[in-house]
Amino acid sequence: MILGNARVSRERLIGRIWKERWAYLFLAPFYAPFILFILVPTASGLILSLYEAGLTGQRFIGFENFVRLLNDEAFVHATINTFLLVVGIVPAVMVVTLAAAVMIFPLPRVWQSFFRLAYYIPIVASGIILSMIWLWIYDPNFGLANHLLSVLGMKPVLWLDNTNTALPSVMLVLGTMMLGQPIILFLAGLGNIPPELYDAVKVDGANDWTAFRFVTLPLLKPVMLFVLVTQTFTAFQVWVIVLIMTRGGPAYATETIAYRVYLAAFQFYRFGYASAMAVVMLVIAGTIGLIQLRLMGEGGSNQ
Amino acid sequence: MTKHRLAVGALSRGLRRSGVGTFSQALAILLLAIGAVFMLFPLYWMITGSFKPMSDAMTLPPEWWPLHPTLRNYEQLFRTAQTYRWILNSFVVASGSAILAVVTSAPAGYAFAKKAFFGSRMLFLLVVLTMALPRQIALIPLFRTMQALHWVDTYQGLLVTFMAYPFGVFLFKQFIESIPSELLEAAKIDGASEIRTFIAIVLPIARPAVGAIAIFAFTGGWNDYMWQLVLITKEELITLPIGVARLATNLTNIDVGLNMAGATVAFLPMLIVFLLFQDYFVKGITMGAVKG
Repeated sequence: MILGNARVSRERLIGRIWKERWAYLFLAPFYAPFILFILVPTASGLILSLYEAGLTGQRFIGFENFVRLLNDEAFVHATINTFLLVVGIVPAVMVVTLAAAVMIFPLPRVWQSFFRLAYYIPIVASGIILSMIWLWIYDPNFGLANHLLSVLGMKPVLWLDNTNTALPSVMLVLGTMMLGQPIILFLAGLGNIPPELYDAVKVDGANDWTAFRFVTLPLLKPVMLFVLVTQTFTAFQVWVIVLIMTRGGPAYATETIAYRVYLAAFQFYRFGYASAMAVVMLVIAGTIGLIQLRLMGEGGSNQ
Repeated sequence: MTKHRLAVGALSRGLRRSGVGTFSQALAILLLAIGAVFMLFPLYWMITGSFKPMSDAMTLPPEWWPLHPTLRNYEQLFRTAQTYRWILNSFVVASGSAILAVVTSAPAGYAFAKKAFFGSRMLFLLVVLTMALPRQIALIPLFRTMQALHWVDTYQGLLVTFMAYPFGVFLFKQFIESIPSELLEAAKIDGASEIRTFIAIVLPIARPAVGAIAIFAFTGGWNDYMWQLVLITKEELITLPIGVARLATNLTNIDVGLNMAGATVAFLPMLIVFLLFQDYFVKGITMGAVKG
């Protein structure tokens, strides 16, 4: 009886899939490489974190890699730095881009497109190029940054060679790459707010600030959530700037988790160990993402 | 007093003529302009620096404008035939990425948007979930897959990133959902085949999404530094970002002018693409987050 039911439903399923074969055919060109190049490697990465694996051979060692991570000074510094980087830069980016978008929005079209363009161009230039330029600007001997300080009568600073200034200097470069996209998103979000709402609160005697506080902010919440999550992930994955400007130094001051993963995997060929770091990244990123969703009250649903 | 009022009047009239309404708007423009200078100055510094002889690039006070402009850096950059090869490789990877991303994502997005099929919700959820994954987790196994397929140091290996582009599927689904289903039904009644319906009706309407994904994948492929660094060992396959970054990390010979020339050459194609297709960039960024 049960077997018979199973057979009927299996036949029904096969019949259904045959009927819907076009959907699967349209899906296949994407899904085949998706499985091969994304899903399977992701699953393998999770498994690999339990192995000691190098260029040749691998050995199951359970959670040993994770225990080692706790005692890895460079990794501990990298984790702290990554945390500082995210906490230091993401709120600043949110405030600056929201303010910029609110200022840009009422401007005439020409100015709107000019500013949108100007703030997005560093992203187009990419982290490699920006790092190369800033390396020159930060140069202690002939860089522009110290020249400006000397004009202002201040002492020169070893921007990238001082443990106190290295991480903020990296963050500044990263910051220039993180403004363009949120500004575009906030501008689009502002464009979706019906102007009548502002007229309504103006009739009630609200000033610009109250209008911003009680109309703009609540209605931008879904966009803010999206910006918060995407920018956190961007800051979380920084490594090119580190690779080109500081190589993690001085004294671990600019190590990041993503940079450690690269080093462990492709400089030292410790594939299992590097995968364990990547798993830590995954867990932290997932946790941050969930917390942010909670904090913002799952605002995405009212879009 | 009247003089003062006249000056203010002239100022605000001048502002209005240039399209600026009020004083607070002028202030906003001023603030935004200061920010924009900060964003754009490094690129100005790069381009002007690329025309400075080495001694001028490393002098203080700095030359705000190249006083002895020279093409020496570019000559040196292009003297080695490799630079042409880097540019060629980057163009192959970038255009290949754009084509592959569109060809694979568009039909998949169409299937998710307009077809009811078994498992569609689960399959789409997987696509969205992977968009949030840190890339590092799959990087090592993917590298080993490349070794197994003998795709290390090949163009197809470099194109892997955009053979399956989850964001592309997501964007196409979002966009194609807004096409009325009646239109597709009508085509079916007229006897159009599935493939014809997709190519002749869906794709033309989804052109903004095609443009956005092509542009994202093009710039993404051009700047796919992490994967290129991992996958390339042979000289012939070095791409422009890799080659240029090598200039920067060459510690034995720091030549700022040469570095800036390399950076400029790597930047200009992206700048041109961005300026030509900026509407697609904006559409692509906003379509993913803000519906409508």
